[in-house]
Amino acid sequence: MSTSVIETKVKGIIADQLGVGEDEIKPESSFIEDLGADSLDIVELVMAMEEEFEVEIPDEEAENIKTVGDAINYITTHKK
Amino acid sequence: MSFKDKVVLVTGGSRGIGRACAVAFAKAGASTVIISYAGNEAAAQETVALLTAEGAKAEAIRFDVADTDACTSAVEGIVKAHGRLDVLVNNAGTAVDGLVMRVKDEDWDKQLDTNLRGPFALIRAACRPMMKQRGGAIVNVTSVVGDMGNPGQSAYSAAKAGLIGLTKTVAKELSSRGIRVNAVSPGFISTDMTAHLNDDLRQKMIGGIPLGRLGTPEEVAQAVVFLSGDASTYITGEVLKVNGGMYM
Repeated sequence: MSTSVIETKVKGIIADQLGVGEDEIKPESSFIEDLGADSLDIVELVMAMEEEFEVEIPDEEAENIKTVGDAINYITTHKK
Repeated sequence: MSFKDKVVLVTGGSRGIGRACAVAFAKAGASTVIISYAGNEAAAQETVALLTAEGAKAEAIRFDVADTDACTSAVEGIVKAHGRLDVLVNNAGTAVDGLVMRVKDEDWDKQLDTNLRGPFALIRAACRPMMKQRGGAIVNVTSVVGDMGNPGQSAYSAAKAGLIGLTKTVAKELSSRGIRVNAVSPGFISTDMTAHLNDDLRQKMIGGIPLGRLGTPEEVAQAVVFLSGDASTYITGEVLKVNGGMYM
């Protein structure tokens, strides 16, 4: 799966989960500070990405995913 | 009432308190009432008939709440078939009585698995669709013995006390999504679970109940329905005692 496909899908998931417009979702956007996510949103996002990409994101890794770019990087690196 | 178009799941709904809850939801206008049962097919079908007679769409699904995978599949199946899940009542329970020095590991595990791990697994599965819906109600049926202890019920009382902790934690975790989580704590209720007690013990227990009698499953069901609906929208993390005053 190419990075641009991953990026598009990740942004779609974020838009769906957080109810924000895709144009607001930039790689540097922080889930909590910029996109208004709370701790439950983060858990839902992680679970939605795990399902979409069939990867497992351990809790200690999930803690480091703070921005949209972090999420895209994680999936790009770990998606088989 | 407020249950129009609502989908309700009551575990252990074939008889006793679970059946009374299911029927009370149907009477309150719930459009779909699903019960789970562990094995008593005939009793489950009787409950389904009672629900249908009240005008609800009713369904009985067989699974053991101690099996966490089965809990997950059951919730996923309900959401797939009915599009939503509004109310979860964790009622299924089991008791194996015996003084602590005689309790076998397997009996301990069975009671913890059914009475505590099952509700956890169902909450874990149900909270996802409820979070998406931005609302829902969960009611856990605990027991007076979770508060006061009872000789011969070490595992049962431990599981029921644990269920109270689970209720309060999940109430806090899910509050921002409009999901309320409460418990109902029945006292000495006239069901199959209490039917085996001998008369002496029964009289002694009644002596400790200010209202001077056993409760009925219907009286517990009223509290469960109350905590599940629009009459209790500002109540979460509560443990409502329905015990005739035997523990205050």
